Amino acid sequence: MAKVVSIEEAISHIKDGMTIMVGGFLSCGTPHKLVDALVEKGVKDLTLICNDSGFVDSGVGKLIVNKQVKKLIASHIGTNRETGNQMNAGELEVVLVPQGTLAEQIRAAGAGLGGILTPIGIGTVIEEGKQKIEIDGKEYLLELPLKADVALILGHTVDKAGNVVYYGATRNFNTLMATAADTVIVEAENLVEVGEIDPNHVVTPGLFIDYIAVGGDK
Amino acid sequence: MDRDKIKEIIAKRVAKELKDGDIVNLGIGLPTMVANYVSEDVNILFQSENGFVGLGPAPKEGEEDPYIVNAGGQPVTILPGGAFFDSATSFGIIRGGHVDVTVLGALQVDEEGNLANWMIPGKLVPGMGGAMDLVVGAKKVIIAMEHTVKGNHKILKKCTLPLTAAKQVDMIVTEMGVMEVTDEGIVLKEINPEFTVEEVQEATEAKLIIADDLKEMEV
Repeated sequence: MAKVVSIEEAISHIKDGMTIMVGGFLSCGTPHKLVDALVEKGVKDLTLICNDSGFVDSGVGKLIVNKQVKKLIASHIGTNRETGNQMNAGELEVVLVPQGTLAEQIRAAGAGLGGILTPIGIGTVIEEGKQKIEIDGKEYLLELPLKADVALILGHTVDKAGNVVYYGATRNFNTLMATAADTVIVEAENLVEVGEIDPNHVVTPGLFIDYIAVGGDK
Repeated sequence: MDRDKIKEIIAKRVAKELKDGDIVNLGIGLPTMVANYVSEDVNILFQSENGFVGLGPAPKEGEEDPYIVNAGGQPVTILPGGAFFDSATSFGIIRGGHVDVTVLGALQVDEEGNLANWMIPGKLVPGMGGAMDLVVGAKKVIIAMEHTVKGNHKILKKCTLPLTAAKQVDMIVTEMGVMEVTDEGIVLKEINPEFTVEEVQEATEAKLIIADDLKEMEV
């Protein structure tokens, strides 16, 4: 049952050393208030799973700059020079994953699958150390599920039962991460009463959500 | 030739490859410019891998929506009939063969159709983003790039940088010409009349096969 809490209370569930997922694509669809509160709180040694490492001054990039992340799993780090610097200095472990594979690994964890078979990465360094399986004469890589202790997502309109409606290009990894963590926190830009969202429009059903933190502006 | 002119030649020529009704994904940078040169009587549905189809032109100043951006984070618009979706659906569209054409830049491409465009070990490691998925998943892969970089070859016998994908490139468009990757090697199909075949070969490490019906590239 989803519970409405403050931003501070929501992030109190994130402890040193945890694995967290944060939605967003180059900061679009990132729950900025939750991330900013996490930066302020200074939780450390995090394993961070997200599409990209954002920017030095926006989104999850701030967690990198603040040296709160020990391991990053992402598809792209080119927009945040600090990620590359820390990686080259040996301070941050970075695992780069093709974007579609990252999405499916997260989806697999949330959907109770033991992994996925994908042709992406065959013939590249991505296949190193991974099991290859041939189906109908075509080679696939076995990619394993990715789950987290806590997922932070952004919802545009969220009702008090946790049902989420998204806006624009903000769905990206949010819908997937909502299914793949022990504790799921949605930052609600607009919180409404139960019944105000047409069930036909719900994208993430409230059953996936543990905490609703009220955000507000973009 | 100045670089703006080079980019224009390449983008214009790639635009001619797009057919009415195609679902197309354009990479960041030069490939994005292709949209500006698509003929008005050709309807293309552009896919943006961050989560929508029906990508429209940049909005007027003051009308930007921070939640409607392309895969490079630049403000764009969504056209009537467009649709938003999440990253699993987006990459299902890409990997599942529902994208007709993708246009990407390259660091290196070789005569087997191998592509390297995501890292230079020890120097530049931005990550692959969605490039690996696009190159394997799209039905046709067009590389749009300058023929050489600082005088060095980019069209090689064998890529030396880590690959984005193996044997997936179909066509290469540069300011010097249009090339097709075939089982026999790279075939020069069109040539910019400003260059001779010898000059194009000199700028190319791979041995070019000259098409019997070699045409002039419209520039």
